[in-house]
Amino acid sequence: MAEMNLRVLVVDDERSIRRFLKASLGSQFVVLEAASGEEALAAVASEHPDVVLLDLGLPDMDGVEVTRRLREWTQIPIIIVSVREQEKDKIAALDAGADDYLTKPFGVGELMARLRVALRRTTQIDNEPVFSTGNLVVDMNQREVRMNEQPVSLTPTEYDLLRTLVKHAGKVLTHDQLLRAVWGTAYESETHMLQVNISNLRRKIEPDPSRPIYIVTEPGVGYRLKIL
Amino acid sequence: MPDKPSLPETAPARGRLKIFLGYAAGVGKTYAMLEAARQCKNQAVDVVVGIVETHNQPETEAFLQGLEVIPPRKITYDNIPLPEMDIDAILRRQPRLALVDDLAHINTPGSRHARRYQDVLELLEAGVYVYSTLDIQNIESLKDVVAQITGMKVRETVPDSVMDAVTDIHLIDLPPDELVQRLKDGKVYVPIQDGHAVEKFFRIGNLTALRELALRRAAERVDVQMRAYMRTSAISGPWPAGERLLVCISPGALGEHLIRAARRLADELKGEWFAIYVETPNDARLSQEQRDQVARSLRLAEQLGARTISRPGQSVAETVLEYARRHNITKIIAGKPVRSRWIEALRGSVLDRLIRAGGNIDIYVISSEAEPQLRQIGEAWRPHRPLWRYLLAVLLAGAATGLGALIAPYFHPTNLVVIYLLSVVLAAVYLGRGPAILVSFLGVAAFDFFFVPPPLTLAVDDTEYLLTLIGLLAVSLVLSQLTAMVRLQAEAVQQREAETVELYELGRDLTVAADLEAVCQAAIFHVGQTFSREVAVFLPIGNSLKVYSVSPGLLVSDEDSGVATWTFEHGQVAGRGTETLSEATLRYQPLKTTRGVVGVLGVKPADPARYLSRDQVRTLDAFANQIALAVERASLAEQARQAEVLEITDKLQNALLNSISHDLRTPLVSITGALSSLADDRILLDESSRRSLVETASEEADRLNRLVGNLLDMTRLESGAMRIKRDACDIQDVIGSALEELGGRLGDRKIQVEIPSELPLIPLDFVLVERVLVNVIDNALKYSQADMPIEIKALAAGAFIEIEVADRGTGIPSEDLTRIFDKFYRVQRPGNVSGTGLGLAISKGIVQAQGGFISAENRAGGGTIITISLPLE
Repeated sequence: MAEMNLRVLVVDDERSIRRFLKASLGSQFVVLEAASGEEALAAVASEHPDVVLLDLGLPDMDGVEVTRRLREWTQIPIIIVSVREQEKDKIAALDAGADDYLTKPFGVGELMARLRVALRRTTQIDNEPVFSTGNLVVDMNQREVRMNEQPVSLTPTEYDLLRTLVKHAGKVLTHDQLLRAVWGTAYESETHMLQVNISNLRRKIEPDPSRPIYIVTEPGVGYRLKIL
Repeated sequence: MPDKPSLPETAPARGRLKIFLGYAAGVGKTYAMLEAARQCKNQAVDVVVGIVETHNQPETEAFLQGLEVIPPRKITYDNIPLPEMDIDAILRRQPRLALVDDLAHINTPGSRHARRYQDVLELLEAGVYVYSTLDIQNIESLKDVVAQITGMKVRETVPDSVMDAVTDIHLIDLPPDELVQRLKDGKVYVPIQDGHAVEKFFRIGNLTALRELALRRAAERVDVQMRAYMRTSAISGPWPAGERLLVCISPGALGEHLIRAARRLADELKGEWFAIYVETPNDARLSQEQRDQVARSLRLAEQLGARTISRPGQSVAETVLEYARRHNITKIIAGKPVRSRWIEALRGSVLDRLIRAGGNIDIYVISSEAEPQLRQIGEAWRPHRPLWRYLLAVLLAGAATGLGALIAPYFHPTNLVVIYLLSVVLAAVYLGRGPAILVSFLGVAAFDFFFVPPPLTLAVDDTEYLLTLIGLLAVSLVLSQLTAMVRLQAEAVQQREAETVELYELGRDLTVAADLEAVCQAAIFHVGQTFSREVAVFLPIGNSLKVYSVSPGLLVSDEDSGVATWTFEHGQVAGRGTETLSEATLRYQPLKTTRGVVGVLGVKPADPARYLSRDQVRTLDAFANQIALAVERASLAEQARQAEVLEITDKLQNALLNSISHDLRTPLVSITGALSSLADDRILLDESSRRSLVETASEEADRLNRLVGNLLDMTRLESGAMRIKRDACDIQDVIGSALEELGGRLGDRKIQVEIPSELPLIPLDFVLVERVLVNVIDNALKYSQADMPIEIKALAAGAFIEIEVADRGTGIPSEDLTRIFDKFYRVQRPGNVSGTGLGLAISKGIVQAQGGFISAENRAGGGTIITISLPLE
C-alpha cells in the first residue's frame, strides 16, 4: 500500500500526544495537526486528509458532534480515541458515523492496525466476492463458508451476521449496527439475539470458542472480525 | 400489621373526611352514611350526593329521597357509557358536605383521576366536607391480612396515607349471623359473580375475623387520638391512663401468683409496675423458707420487668402508702389475707389499713383461687386522723378503767396504777404524744374518780393517794414525752435509712451506666422518684451549657437556662427555694467534682408551692455529688474513646497514603530510569539492553495504567458513581474477553475453560464483570507459579450462575479468606508480589452491586478457588 502519500489528521488538544503521534506516524504518513473541533473541521475541508484521528475529549466541541458534522458532507475514515470508561460515547460516535475506535493509552501497533483497516475501505474493491483471513474463507458468491478447508453449515441468520462482519472486516460494529443490518431497525436493543448468534457462530468457526481469534468482542461496544 | 395512624399536627384548613367503615359488603355503610347526611340536612347543612350506589336496595333508595343528587358524568369505555362522579359539577356547586360512596373505587379510564379517593382529596382540598364509605379490606396495609382470611385478593385499595388524613371513623358493625341472613334475604349487593366465591366469603368464621379487624382498627385510632390529645394539651402523668402499679410482697405463699397477676394487670393497663417488700421488726421471726420465698418473689418481679424496692418500716400498710404517695402510684395490688380471721381482728389486716388510708389510690386484691379475680375496691373514705387518735385515746383510758374495775375487788387500788401506765405507754407508742398526754390526764382523773376512796368523786381521802396521783401524772407525762420522742427518732432514722437506700440505688444505677446518656437517665429517674419532681440535666456542650436530658414533658425556658448557666459558672445553688434568683421555676444544683463544675442539675417540683425540706436538701446534695462523679467519669471515658478512634483513623489513613504513593511511584521509577538511559548519549547500550529497557518501561507503564484504573474504579464504587448496565450476556464471551485483556500477562500458562453449552444468557454488566474476572484471574496468576494451570469453570447453581477461578498456588491462610476482599489487604507472602491489593476489593464491590456474591476457599491439593455468584434474574 502506498502509504507515503497518505495524510493523517491528528486532532487532540494535548500537545504531548500530538507530538508522540507525529513522531510515531511521521515515517509512514504525512501528519497534520488540529487542536480543537473547529480547527479539525476547517482542516478537513482545506487540507483533505485521508484519515482523521479524533480525540473525543476536545475542549470546544464534543467529538461526537465533530463526527456528525463531518459526516454531513464527507465519507472520510474517522477513528475516534477515548478513555476506557466511556463506552457510551464510543457507541454514540460509531453510530454517528465513525469507523473505529482506540482506547487510551494505546500502543502504536494497535494504532497502525486500525489505520490500515480504515484506509483499506477507500481502496478496497467492494465487489470482491471471496474474503479470507487466516483459515477462514467466506465465499459470498456461493454463500459458502469454510474453516480449515472444511465447509461450515450456518443458519441463514448466522450467515448474514458473518457477512456483515466481513463487509466491515477489521472494523468494529456496534451491537445496534449489527442488529439493524441483520434483523432490521425494529430489533435494536435485542442484544440477547445477537449474543446467541455470535456464540453459535463462534462455536462453529473458532478453533477455541472461548478464546476467539476471528470474531473478537469489543467490551461494551460491539464486535469486530479481525484480519489476521 | 397496619401502621399506627398519625393525626395531622394542626387542624387542616380544608375539608374533613368522615369514613363509614364496615367489615364486609352489606353491613349498612351506605345506609348509615345517608342517614347521617339526612340528619345534617335537617340541621340546615348544605348536603349534596356526589355519587352513591344504591344497587337497587329499596331502603337505601328511600333515603336518597329529598337529597340533592349531582348527576354523574358518563365516561365511555369500550363503547359502554359508565357513570363516574362529576367533580367539576360538585366544585361549582360548592356544597358544605358531599357524599361519596365507595372510597376505594377504581375510576373508568378517561376520568380525571385514576382512583375515587383522589377525587375525594380534590374535594377536600377545595374545602368541601366529605362523607364516604369503605370496607376494611380496601385498606392497603390490610390487603394481605384480608387475603389470608378470605382467600380473595382485593384490587381496589386505599393507601394508608389517605387513612391517616381521615378525621372521623364511624364504625358500622353488624353481627355476622345477621349479615348472612341479610345476604339470604337478597338485601346485600355483592360485586362478585361467582356464587361459590360469595359463599366462601360470607362464612361466619371469615366475617368474624374481618369484623375483629375492623373493630381493632377503629380502637387503635381512638387510642392514638387520646394520646395525641394528651400531647397537645401538654398533660403529663399521673394521668389515669398512665398507670403506675405497686404490688406488695409478703412472706405468705401467694407471692409468685401475685407477681404474675400484677404483671398481667400492668400489661393490660400499659403501665409501669413496682414491687415492694416491707421489712417489719416482726420479720426477725421469719423462717428461712419464708425469707427465700420473699427473695424469689422479688427476683421474679424483677425478671418480669418491675422495679423492686425493699423498705424497713413499722407498719406494712403505712410504709407502702408512703412510698405509693411519694412515687405517684395509681394502683396498689395486694394479696387476699391469709391469716385467720381472729388474728386479723386483733392485729388488723394490712389490707384494711391500705384500703382505709389509701386515699385516691385504687386497691386491687388478688385472691388465691385458680382464676385470679381482680376485684377493684374503690376509693375509701378517709377519716380525719388526729380526731380518730384522740378518740382512741379516750377509749383506751376507758378500757383501762374497765379493766381496773374488774380487778379492783382483789387488789389494793394503788396497784391499778400499773394498768393506767400501761395504757399511757400504749397510747404513746401507737397514737402519738398528744393522745398519750390525754390518756395521762384522763387516766389520773379516772383513777381518782373510780378507784381512789371516796369512789365516784374527785376528792381524796388519804393524802397518800395524792402522792400516787401526782406520781401517776408525772410518770405518765414523762413516759408520753419520751416514748413519743423515741417514736419520732425511730421514724427519722427510718426516713434517713430510706434515703440512704435510695442513694445506694442511685449509686448502683450510675455505676453500671455505660455512657453519658445512661448516666443522665439514671439521674433523672432517681431524682424524679425520690423527690417527686421533674429533672433536667445540663451539661457543657461546645462553649455553652445546654440541656442534655430532661424528664419527659419538662420544658426549660430561656430565663431558666440563664440561671443554670449562673449556677454552672459560680458553682453554687440557685433558683427556686434558694437565696439566689429564687423566681426561677427550677432549683439548680451544681454538679461539682474536684476538677470543677461538670454540669447542673435542675429540679422542678410538681407543686410549685412545695419547697424542699432541709433533710431533702441534704439528700439532694448527696445525689448531686454522686451524679457529678458519674458524669465526670462518663465524659472522660467518652473523650478517651474518641481519642482512640482518632488515633486509629489517623494511622490507617497514613498507612493508606503511603501505600498508594509507593505503588504509584514505583513504576515511574523504572519508566523514568529506562527512558533517561535511552536518552542519554553517554550511555552505550547494545541492542539487547536497549530492548530490555524499552520492554521494562512498557510493562511498567501498563502496570501504572492498571493501578490508575483500579484507583478510579474504587473511587467510583465508593462514591456510588458506578453505573451498572445490565444486558443479557454470554458468559463465555465475558471470560474470553477477560483473557484477551490479560493478554501477555498470561504468558505460557495453561488456562482451562469449562462452560456448559446450555448455560443461559445472564443479565450483567459486561464491562464490569469482565473487569472482575480480569482482577480475579490476575490474582490467581500472581499467587501461583508460572507452570501451574488455571481452571475457569461456569455452572448454574439454583438462582445463580457460579464462575469459579481455581489456581494451584500456595493457597490462602483460612483466617484471611474473607479479608482478602478488603481494600488494600495483601496477604503477607514471602516473595515479591506486586499490585495494590485493590483488585479483589473492586471485584467484590462490582459483584455485590449486581446482587451477587464473591468468596474464596482453599482447594484440596493446594491452591485457591474464588467463586463469583451472579443472580440469574
